[in-house]
Amino acid sequence: MADPLLQVVDLFCERDDRVLFEHLSFNVFPGEILQVEGQNGSGKTTLLRILSGLSRHYEGDILWRGTSVTDSADVFRRELLYFGHQAGVKAVLTPEENLAWYAALDSGIDLKQIPKALHAVGLTGFEDVPCHMLSAGQNRRVSLARLYISRAPLWILDEPFTAIDKKGVATKEALLLEHASRGGTVLLTTHHELDLSRHVRRINLDELSGT
Amino acid sequence: MSETKLQPLAVAQHETEYRPGRIFVATLKRELQLALRRRSDLVNPLIFFLMVATLFPLGVSPEPTILMTLAPGVVWVAALLSTLLAMDGLFRSDYEDGSLEQILLSPQPLFIVVLGKVIAHWMITGLPLTLMAPLIAVMLFLPAEGMSGLVLSLLIGTPTLSLVGAIGAALTVGLRKGGVLISLLVLPLYIPVLIFGTAAVDAAVTGLPLAGHLALLGALLALGVALAPIAIAAALRISVSG
Repeated sequence: MADPLLQVVDLFCERDDRVLFEHLSFNVFPGEILQVEGQNGSGKTTLLRILSGLSRHYEGDILWRGTSVTDSADVFRRELLYFGHQAGVKAVLTPEENLAWYAALDSGIDLKQIPKALHAVGLTGFEDVPCHMLSAGQNRRVSLARLYISRAPLWILDEPFTAIDKKGVATKEALLLEHASRGGTVLLTTHHELDLSRHVRRINLDELSGT
Repeated sequence: MSETKLQPLAVAQHETEYRPGRIFVATLKRELQLALRRRSDLVNPLIFFLMVATLFPLGVSPEPTILMTLAPGVVWVAALLSTLLAMDGLFRSDYEDGSLEQILLSPQPLFIVVLGKVIAHWMITGLPLTLMAPLIAVMLFLPAEGMSGLVLSLLIGTPTLSLVGAIGAALTVGLRKGGVLISLLVLPLYIPVLIFGTAAVDAAVTGLPLAGHLALLGALLALGVALAPIAIAAALRISVSG
């Protein structure tokens, strides 16, 4: 088996005197889709924020390609796509302008791919409409369009399917599979029943929580 | 829809081209674009500035001799407070819609993005205030000799106010009501700028050389440009991590 992309070693996180998880260790290999499960408040978002490097309230080690993410933060960030609770879409900018900003932030993105990505998420015809005129689901789609243009191997997706319609979810699931089959890795949380369940490995946080 | 091709994965590259200029320009462009679409943010500090300056003669005295002596201080204090007023919004909307997380997670150097944001913020608050200041100074009977000192000191002083204010904004962005806290954090640091700024105007009015005061303001600005972005970047990481 190939070397793991991401290694989590003995992770411990405590929030307001409540242990969210301890002795959490797992490896993520290229081509894997990993779903983090747990009830509300079990620490799914916290775990994803820790893994992406947003939150530093943890003990333990996180290794990316064998080196600690805090030591090689630049390399890690270049290979990471994070999709959080807030979509990161500016309401007064148009979808096209929003994606152009992401292209500026991530030099791996090709500007010419933006129209194609907007088409892929079903926003053709809305390129020039300010995002505050779009629906909640469409706003999420603007942010999800990043999945089509990014070249990052690691996708960390926190509830990516919220407010997305059924057909959209199916398309995104196919997209996740395609990403995995080209050697990418997905870590996600979702309350949707995934059709691709047999491809997914699960981590359940409920079993790990202490008191 | 399903036939879309994904982009090829990036190969594990340990050195990509380092182009801080490109992201700086992109940040500047985005911030100005945002400001132009939300006109109220653009106009609010200017209206506040104008209001404070108009209320002063009504409250103190319309006597030109009294206003003349007060003018440098009034204009500078009003400019300082309007900058402070606009400061709270600098990172708040980015924080609330999640753009800030994306900026923090991007491989781009954070202090360049932050510097771009602060400079754009100055261009939509400090710069218009500086341009409007002579008008208000005339209203307050500031002698014509003082104008050069006023405009120059504001031109060098207001970017420092924006840089220092941004540290406070970055530290309080995670809090629900950060406005008051920003003032407490930042006002002590504004005092040197205010002192040298008004001193420059006073010197210009009395015909003394300005260079010393302006040089000190310039030194503060140089220090701010060099150190503030690092402090702001660190403060943002702490705020978002919490």
